[in-house]
Amino acid sequence: MVSRRRRISALDMKLLRDLWEMKGQALAIAAVIAAGVTMFVAYLSNFNSLERTLSNYYERQRFADVFATAQRAPQRVAARMADIPGVVTVDTRVVADVTIDVPGLDEPASGRLVSIPPGGASPLNAPILRRGAWPDPARPDEVVASEMFCEANGFGPGDHVFAIINGRRRPLTIVGVGLSPEYVYSVRPGEIFTDNRRYGIFWMNRQALASAFDMEGGFNDVALTLSPGASDDEVIGQLDRLLEPYGGLGAYPRRLQVSAWTLSNELTQLQTFGLVTPMIFLAVAAFILNIALARALALQRAQIAALKALGYANRELAWHYVKWALAIAAIGSVAGMAVGAWLGVQMIELYNEYFRFPMLEYRLSIDVAAGSMAGSLLVAALGAQSAVRRAVAVPPAEAMRPDSPAKYRPSIGERWRVFRRLPQASRMVLRNVERQPVRAAMSVVGIGFAGAVLLIGFSFIDVMNVLIDEQFMYAMRQDVTVTFSRPLSAGAVHAVSRLPGVIDVEPMRIVPARLRVGHRHRTLAVTGLEPAPRLHRVVERSGRVFTLPPDGLVLSKMLGEVLGVGPGGAVRVEVLEGARPVFDVPVAALVDDSMGVQAYMRLDALHRLMREGGTLTAAALMVDPGRVDALNAALKQLPAVAGVAVRDATLRSFRETMAEHMNLIIFFNVFFAGVIAFGVVYNAARVSLSERGRELASLRVLGYTRGEVALILVGELALLTVLSLPLGAAVGYALGVYIMTIFTNEVYRLPFLVTPQTVAWTFLTVIAAAAVSALAVRRQLDRLDLVGVLKSRE
Amino acid sequence: MSPPGEEPVFVARNLTKVYPMGEVEVHALRGVDFDLYPREFVVLLGPSGSGKSTLLNILGGLDVPTSGSVVYRDHNLTTANEAALTEYRRDHVGFVFQFYNLIPSLTARENVALVTEIVDDPMTPAEALGLVGLTGRLDHFPAQLSGGEQQRVAIARAIAKRPDVLLCDEPTGALDITTGVVVLEAIARVNRELGTSTVVITHNAAIAGMADRVVRLADGRVASVDRNATRISARELSW
Repeated sequence: MVSRRRRISALDMKLLRDLWEMKGQALAIAAVIAAGVTMFVAYLSNFNSLERTLSNYYERQRFADVFATAQRAPQRVAARMADIPGVVTVDTRVVADVTIDVPGLDEPASGRLVSIPPGGASPLNAPILRRGAWPDPARPDEVVASEMFCEANGFGPGDHVFAIINGRRRPLTIVGVGLSPEYVYSVRPGEIFTDNRRYGIFWMNRQALASAFDMEGGFNDVALTLSPGASDDEVIGQLDRLLEPYGGLGAYPRRLQVSAWTLSNELTQLQTFGLVTPMIFLAVAAFILNIALARALALQRAQIAALKALGYANRELAWHYVKWALAIAAIGSVAGMAVGAWLGVQMIELYNEYFRFPMLEYRLSIDVAAGSMAGSLLVAALGAQSAVRRAVAVPPAEAMRPDSPAKYRPSIGERWRVFRRLPQASRMVLRNVERQPVRAAMSVVGIGFAGAVLLIGFSFIDVMNVLIDEQFMYAMRQDVTVTFSRPLSAGAVHAVSRLPGVIDVEPMRIVPARLRVGHRHRTLAVTGLEPAPRLHRVVERSGRVFTLPPDGLVLSKMLGEVLGVGPGGAVRVEVLEGARPVFDVPVAALVDDSMGVQAYMRLDALHRLMREGGTLTAAALMVDPGRVDALNAALKQLPAVAGVAVRDATLRSFRETMAEHMNLIIFFNVFFAGVIAFGVVYNAARVSLSERGRELASLRVLGYTRGEVALILVGELALLTVLSLPLGAAVGYALGVYIMTIFTNEVYRLPFLVTPQTVAWTFLTVIAAAAVSALAVRRQLDRLDLVGVLKSRE
Repeated sequence: MSPPGEEPVFVARNLTKVYPMGEVEVHALRGVDFDLYPREFVVLLGPSGSGKSTLLNILGGLDVPTSGSVVYRDHNLTTANEAALTEYRRDHVGFVFQFYNLIPSLTARENVALVTEIVDDPMTPAEALGLVGLTGRLDHFPAQLSGGEQQRVAIARAIAKRPDVLLCDEPTGALDITTGVVVLEAIARVNRELGTSTVVITHNAAIAGMADRVVRLADGRVASVDRNATRISARELSW
């Protein structure tokens, strides 16, 4: 019968006091669990927040299901699109990419002009007006500009930019600031890094835009929504047939729309990280919990026996000790949830730099909270169960007798002659490690995971840097890339070379096409490059420059996989411009590059195929750094220029955004890995100290100094740490390669790579964390009560 | 005591116990017969290794014999499984150990509560501790108590459930004379006032005077059984 005066049972009271007694270890274990839960909560609730925000946003602003662009289609085609089975709403638009002259910015920027009906009442992809007003239908120069562009440039209603439309510099007056579900993530077409200062979306009156681009009574862009259950493949097929006579560039579903695609990729990454990383932490927590509990229970043998003699059943005692583990897990997961919620808010703020939603709020969902709590409790119970089972299985009569002395034998190493000359202290270290090989191995694996987590974190920074290097130092070595609004004749090369500051010009021919092999197809561009390009080159992942063969297509490895074709095979190339010819072109080679889906041909071969002279659609320029301003000014005036990409500007802006992101990642990686390493080492040290307190105290009595005694204990930790380093590197590498496979997509194919510096930093961080925990235990060792330890009976 | 009309509490017949100890087998008991009657106070005497702890462990349901039978009233302990033995210990047996085996993280009161919480109709911890003269030390932790006090807490813990039998393994083994006497008085008092059948193991022959019956064990066998005509109190013991 439970005594009524007491709320908490005697056994639970014992639990609380025992936990308090081992609070150092309990906190170290709880910290590892907290780290896992932090990541789980931060990543997964961000995933939830993003996903929820996104689907609300898409729904409320009627984000389209299918998108298509064409050269120019008459408005009547819209009615025929509406007749396609499954189509619910058709919204035709005029969309134009133009060069923008941004006051205060030397280089030319790019802009996308998107038509909207009066009052912003778009049936689909409706922009949201954040500030200011919709353009006055009577004023053709008024636009609503995208929020990220305005923020990056410090613009608001009343400011002006200039668009180069058909060679004329037309002022655009920003009257409002807006957002759209279509441009949550906005990146200049053809680029992979965002640059909000130099790329903006501008919504303007349809009438004004149509007359500027000769689109009155027609459209060049269309968005559709489908009825639930309609097949987008079928609709796209019919849509393509309808638009083909009008220069259709191939329709694509929502999932391939740049912004939506980027977001869903980000979501996948969040989910992967949110599940994989916490697993590592929880696994480590489970086994240090196991080690700690096994030792604590060994110390409680006599107590367990007494409790059994008093009539406590195995089940009750097992539950008592499992609760021990659960309590630690509960502390860890509550702390983890708090830190995770905080980190989640930081991450959401970071997301707001890349993605723009009307409202992106962090919300810790009940599911995630409950899931993380349940997960850590379960893991703790699993970690505890073998230790508990072993302890509780001891027959009560047996356990009444004190432990017999531990069995030692000469370590394997000592059987070799050299090791026999080792000092006594080193032998003790070796024998102790060898006596408990499983436990030593678990500690090594645990510390190894800390190294792995660090290695992965640091390596992602390497990967980013290599991607940038490869892109801008080896592949795209041009200072400026100019794209033209239409194909130009060979003479344009000379015109461009006469522009101020231009040292070298390399023409490029970019042909929009659908590449088809059997039923597999991708719509992209075939890029024609010079036989031996000096600026824009194709570079393999290994860093080797790839030389294009005189004939045939070269596909990126990813495109080869997507289409299921390799060297010797043939690809049907359906050109999406001009007379829209169709060719069967042999595949000459696949190139193992870092980019996703790419197709290249030698410029002369492409010209032959297209039966054209020296046509070019873009040019790569090398520029005299002293005359960049003059070139920028000239480019802003050129009518044929659709876009200008300036390498230094892009790189600078990208690095600025990345730096912030990277610092946060580095901080958390170092912090969390440090928590693991500290937790494992500290725990190993405490267990060792508890087991060998008498032995070490005896040595002190025999005249060993504190330092010498500490060396025995610290030596063991150092040995475990050193053994863990190569393991950590190997596990980190394997996990990194695995994570990269998940992240590989059709935009980039990053290699996982590890630089010697990264390995060095990883090792140093692990060693530092181990050293800190050794110091913490050393303090306890110094306080060892010699007489007390010798007297106390286990 | 042991009036012939009364049914014995324990009937043990031909008990043997063999422990494997590495390569050799240790015969702890080699055919022991033993009875215990209600309210009886028995002292088990013998040198170490004579098998007395083994016998006590078997009576207490901590261990099972290799062969032979032991019956507690209507419970056959020889054939009982782990769960039944736990149930038996919980309901009927009070243990006192040589090294007290208190839970160091619990106070005297809480150590007793460990037992009162899991049985029906117990004394309150305060009552039990009062019986052993520790009313003033309820909220002390084991480390704050002397050896004798710790052992008396252990006795309080054993008797708080009002057990049918009290089994004490060398209860004074770790104590000096004066303290030992106080502890033995507490045991005798429980036996007298609550009528608990009591078995006390000792290798100290001086304690034998307190018993109704003295059973001497040697080399795993019962060497002799003596009945004391009169019991003397713990205070009169001399050792």
